[in-house]
Amino acid sequence: MFWTVTQSLLNGLATTFEIFIFTLLFSLPLGLALAFGLMSKFRPLRYLIQVLVWVIRGTPLMLQLIIIFYGPGLWLSHNIWSGNETGRITATVVAFAINYACYFSVIFRGGIEGIPVGQREAGQVLGMTRSQIFFRITLLQMVKRVVPPMSNEIITLVKDTSLARIIAAYELTFAGYSFMKSAGLTWPLFYTGVFYLIFVGILTLLFNYIERKLGYFR
Amino acid sequence: MAILEVNNIEKHFGATKVLENVSFSLEEGKALAIIGSSGSGKTTLLRCLNFLERPNGGSIAVRGETLFDASVPAREHEKELRKKRLHFGMVFQAFHLFPQYTALENVTLAERLLAQEQPDFKQRRREILQEIEKHGQQLLERMGLAERMHHYPHQLSGGQQQRVAIARALALQPDILCFDEPTSALDPELTGEVLKVIRSLAKQRTTMIIVTHEMAFARDVADSVIFMDGGVIVEQGDARDVIEHPREERTRQFLARYAQG
Ligand SMILES: Nc1ncnc2c1ncn2[C@@H]1O[C@H](COP(=O)(O)OP(=O)(O)O)[C@@H](O)[C@H]1O
Ligand SMILES: [Mg+2]
Repeated sequence: MFWTVTQSLLNGLATTFEIFIFTLLFSLPLGLALAFGLMSKFRPLRYLIQVLVWVIRGTPLMLQLIIIFYGPGLWLSHNIWSGNETGRITATVVAFAINYACYFSVIFRGGIEGIPVGQREAGQVLGMTRSQIFFRITLLQMVKRVVPPMSNEIITLVKDTSLARIIAAYELTFAGYSFMKSAGLTWPLFYTGVFYLIFVGILTLLFNYIERKLGYFR
Repeated sequence: MAILEVNNIEKHFGATKVLENVSFSLEEGKALAIIGSSGSGKTTLLRCLNFLERPNGGSIAVRGETLFDASVPAREHEKELRKKRLHFGMVFQAFHLFPQYTALENVTLAERLLAQEQPDFKQRRREILQEIEKHGQQLLERMGLAERMHHYPHQLSGGQQQRVAIARALALQPDILCFDEPTSALDPELTGEVLKVIRSLAKQRTTMIIVTHEMAFARDVADSVIFMDGGVIVEQGDARDVIEHPREERTRQFLARYAQG
């Protein structure tokens, strides 16, 4: 039995991991783009992004997931997500990427705005372009500033992946829960918890490593 | 001919007039000191010269070429603006070194980025980068920082950081090097090493504009001096004359405050 459970949980973990990685992959750049939108001097754009962030942060992720997964099928004549596992994971990643990008954007904006203007001005008087200033001066200082708040969000993301169960994506929590439903077993639930703990533990080590790596400057 | 000609510069922030009718010129190889109490517009003037602020009126010309003219409503592209900026170098009161780079990297960064725009950069990459590295090392040696090239800013004292900032500003060989109170953020025992460096630059005929509260330094190192008050130039002339025999009452009062310490 233990072996069967382990195998199921590993399957669930694969899905969880897939959602996690793809969400990060899309939400990090999207979050940065939104952060620029939040800081834009062009008011209509700034207000638009502010409203988006307000809506996305102000409503439950689960609700957003349900709308994104079922909405297209009801509004359009056909479902844009294929009915299989891939379709469910894709819909989850889309919902998660938008949601997390909004949280990240606020963190990124704070990280950029916290850098003294003198840094940018020093680049300007040295004849650097806006993009050179961003990539050569601002970016790394921003990354250093946002590592602690970002590690919180990313750890939350690990556990939020369990929301994908609501659209029947076979992720880790679903896998553990299925044994309770089918065989009345509760120990797989604790075993599932251990999986999450290890996942988050590895991430914590990774964040500590990054923080240490970036400790070479102040 | 003067290397720098500033005519009738005006700047206001909203309703506050910060600069009014500021005109002066500077000869190549000369040092100009700007003195005046806090809030008189000295920093704003330097920022206008470096295109960090856009004046509301007046014009700025370097070597006869008009870089800025408020009466011409030009909205230049970033590329032209960058080129204009390179006529000036800027040393800030608070250094503003890039914390993630070593002293040497701070000095060479802008030069490396500019080199990438050279047409032959791809073929001569190694060679060009080596030249830039060597140039940076020489500058830091001139600043007395040969031993500190690979230190990060937070590992340096304030005086050392400011000397790196001076080397960084010199790296692109600006026509005119501006200093905004380069020693005001330093502990008193560290001002000497920075002033010494600026003094040696003056000996080597570097064209400079130095905003400073060090009156003795201004008198000895600068060729001319401008006293500003309330956004206008109250008095300008030969540095020794103005500081030792001010003609205007306001200059006299200002200098008297400094003489008392
Ligand atoms: N960005 C700004 N917005 C509004 N007022 C400013 C700004 N920058 C400077 N000032 C005002 O302009 C005046 C001159 O400032 P500044 O040039 O820094 O003087 P100084 O360098 O001589 O001390 C001050 O009254 C200051 O408050
Ligand atoms: Mg000032």
